[in-house]
Amino acid sequence: MTVNMPSSSSARALGRKRAALLAGCAATVLLTVTACGGGTASTTTKDGFAQAPQKDGALTVWVDATRMDAAKLYQKQHPDVKLDIVSYDGDANGSNYLQTKVQLFNRTGKGWPDVVFSSQNNEASWAVEAGFAAPLDKGLLPSTTLGQFAKGANDVCTVDHTVYCLRNDLSQAVLWYNAPLLKEFGYQVPTTWEEYQQLGEKVAKEHPGYLVGDAGDSFTPEIYLWASKCGANQITGPKSVTVNTTSEACTKMAKLLDVLIKNKSMSISGVFSTDFAKNEADKVLLMPGPAWFGGAVFRDGLKVPAKQIAVAPMPQWQGDSSPSTGNVGGGTWLISKHSTHLNAATDFLQWVTTDNAYQGEKAPGFPAYAPAAENWLKGQEASGYYVGDLSALKNASTQVWPEWGSGQFSQEAIWAATVKPGLTQGKSIVSMLPAWQDSITKYAKSNGYKVSQ
Amino acid sequence: MTATHSSAGSAGRRPRGAARQNRAGLAFVAGYVLLLIAFGILPTGYAVYFAFTDAGGTFTGFSNFVTTAQDFRFMDAVGHVALYLLFWLVSLVVFVVALALLLHRLASGPVSKSLRFLYYIPGALAGAASVLVWLFMLDPTVSPVSSLLGTLGFHTFGEVIAPGNLALLFTIVAFWTGAGGWIVVIYGALNNIPQDVMEAARIDGANAWQTAWRVQIPMLRKWIVYMVILAFAGGTQLFVEPQLLSLASVGVAGRDYSLNQLTYDFAFQMNNINGAAAVSVELLVVSVSAAAVFVARSGFFDAD
Repeated sequence: MTVNMPSSSSARALGRKRAALLAGCAATVLLTVTACGGGTASTTTKDGFAQAPQKDGALTVWVDATRMDAAKLYQKQHPDVKLDIVSYDGDANGSNYLQTKVQLFNRTGKGWPDVVFSSQNNEASWAVEAGFAAPLDKGLLPSTTLGQFAKGANDVCTVDHTVYCLRNDLSQAVLWYNAPLLKEFGYQVPTTWEEYQQLGEKVAKEHPGYLVGDAGDSFTPEIYLWASKCGANQITGPKSVTVNTTSEACTKMAKLLDVLIKNKSMSISGVFSTDFAKNEADKVLLMPGPAWFGGAVFRDGLKVPAKQIAVAPMPQWQGDSSPSTGNVGGGTWLISKHSTHLNAATDFLQWVTTDNAYQGEKAPGFPAYAPAAENWLKGQEASGYYVGDLSALKNASTQVWPEWGSGQFSQEAIWAATVKPGLTQGKSIVSMLPAWQDSITKYAKSNGYKVSQ
Repeated sequence: MTATHSSAGSAGRRPRGAARQNRAGLAFVAGYVLLLIAFGILPTGYAVYFAFTDAGGTFTGFSNFVTTAQDFRFMDAVGHVALYLLFWLVSLVVFVVALALLLHRLASGPVSKSLRFLYYIPGALAGAASVLVWLFMLDPTVSPVSSLLGTLGFHTFGEVIAPGNLALLFTIVAFWTGAGGWIVVIYGALNNIPQDVMEAARIDGANAWQTAWRVQIPMLRKWIVYMVILAFAGGTQLFVEPQLLSLASVGVAGRDYSLNQLTYDFAFQMNNINGAAAVSVELLVVSVSAAAVFVARSGFFDAD
C-alpha cells in the first residue's frame, strides 16, 4: 500500500530518485557519445601525418555555390566515385563557418569533410593549429604538380615550410578600364600612380560623376595599400607579425586616395553595395581590382556589356622598376587529416585544382595552376567579352608583393570596422592610419601574435 | 497536489485513481524535466566547469575571467550591451504598457481585435527573418521608407549603420520583433483586473489617466516585472541583430559589438572555449542577479 500510494515526502524522494536516474541516464548518454566519438582506432603515420584507418564509403566534399559546378563536373567525369557534395557558404564575408564547424568536430571526434573549398586565404593559419589540414607536400601530392603552381601562389597555404592547402585561383590586382569610354573622353591609361591621380583630378573636373576607382570595400587596403608596399601585415612567422601603417609607402597611397575621394572621382560605396550597383554601375571609367573583378564584378554584378572592359597593368610609383600588386582573395582547397578516404580525396583535389576540364575552361577566376591558367586566358580572350588581350593578368600573377601575409586575424574585417565608418563620416584615410595600426595590433595580439612595428 | 495524494491515501479512498493521477502528473512533467536537465542544467554545469578550467581540464581559478576581461573588446562590449539594455527596457516598459492600455480602452468591437493581430504579427516572424526585414528597411537604396531616411539625412546604408546609431537601431529592431507579444500579454493582464475595481474608480470620478496611473499600472506591476526580467535576460544575450548586420555590412558594423558575439569569437575564432564559457557564466550571473533584485523588490512571489 505504501509503495503504491506514497506519502508526499516519499513521493518527493521518489521524484528525486527519478530525477537523479534521469540525470544519470542523460550523463551516461553524453559520456557514451563522447567516448564513442572520441575513440581513435590505430593510425598509420604516412605522408607526413598520422592517418586514420582508410575505409570505403562516400567522399564528403564541401563547396560554395560557385564551386558546385566543379564538384558536379568531377562526379560526371568519375561516375564510379561515391561523392557526397555539401553546399556551404565557403566562408563568405568572414563568416568562419568552416572554422566553427571544425572546432565542433574536433570536440565530437567526427564529422569532418574530406575535402573542403574556402574562399578565404587564411584558412591554413588556423587549420594547421586545429589539426584539421593534412600536409600535401609530404607524399600526398607529387612535387611535379606542386611545382607548376604560379610562383608564390601557395604561400598562403604554407606554414613552417609545409604546404597545407592548394590555391584555387589567384587574385592579383590589375587596372580594369572601360576602353570605349576612355577613348571617348580622350584619356590615356595611366601607368604610374602619379598619372593615375592626375587623371582622377581631370575626371572630377571634366566628367564629374565618373569614377577612376572604388575605396569602399573591405578589401581596399589589399588593392591599394598592398600595391603601394605598405607594411601593414607582414607575417614573419607562424605567430608573429610586423605592422607599420604610417611609413612613407602607406601615407603616399593614403594621400592619393584622400584626394580622389574628396573630389568624388573615387567612390566609397563598395562595388558589392546596393548603392554602387544602383547609382554608379555605368560610371566606372577605371578601377584597380583583382583578377576576379572581370567576371564577378563587371560582367555579372554591374552587367557591363561585352566589348567594353579591358585590362592594363597596375600603376607603379615613379621610380619603381615594375608594378607590385596585392592579392585580393582567391580560394583554397584543403584535405582533412582525419579523412578515411585519402586516395579519393587526393584525386579530387588534384583534379579540381589542375585539370583543364574545370580550371582551364570553366573556372570563374584566374587559375593558380600555371598550365591551366594558360588555357583559361585563351578561353577568356576567345569569349569575346573583353577588349584586347589579357596578358596584363598573367604578368600581374608574378607581381604580388610578398611582404604581406594571411594571418589568423582578418585584415578585411579590421579595415571594415576601423576605417570604413570614418570614411563614411568624411574623415581622411591619412588621419586614420594610426587607428588602423592600433586596431591591427590589438586584433593580432588577441589572436596570440607577437607584434613588432 | 501532493497534499491531495497523502490525504487520499490516509483516507483509503480512490487509491488507484490517485496513483494514476500521480503517475500522469509525473509523466507530464518528466518530458520537461528531462529536456531541462539535458539542455539547461547539464550544459550550464558544463559551461561552469569550462569557465574554471583550461583546455586540458586543469583547474585554473579565475584566470579565464581575467583573460577575457582584459581583452581589448570586452569593456566596449559591456558598454554597448548596457546602453542597448537601457534603451530596450525603457522603451519596452513605456510603450508596451501605453499601447496595452490604449488597446484596453478600445476593448470593444473589431478595432481591438485588428490591433491585437497587428501588434502580434512582427513577433510571429522568426528572429533572424525579422532582422533581415529591417536590413532592407534601413538601406536607403531599397527601403520602402527611403524618403523618410533621406529626410533624416541618411542616403547610404553606411550612414545609417554608423557606430553611434547601433544601440538605437537594435532597440528598434528588438522592439518591433518582441513587443507585440508582450502587448498581448499585458492586455490579457489588464482584462484580469476585476470589473468592480474599475467601476469603483469610475464612480470615484477618476479619469482615464488617473485610472491608468493609480489603478491599472499598480495592478500590472507583477506582469511588468515579469516582462522586464525576461527582456533583461534576452537583452544581455544580444547576438542575432548585430551578427546579421555585421554580415550585411561586410564587417562595417557590429562584428564584436555584444558580449555574446565576443563569446562566439572567443570560442570559434580564437579557439578559446574556456574563455567563451567564462563570459557566458558572467552573463548568467548578471541575469540571475538582476532577476533576483527585481523579484525581491517587487514582491513577485508574494501571494495576492
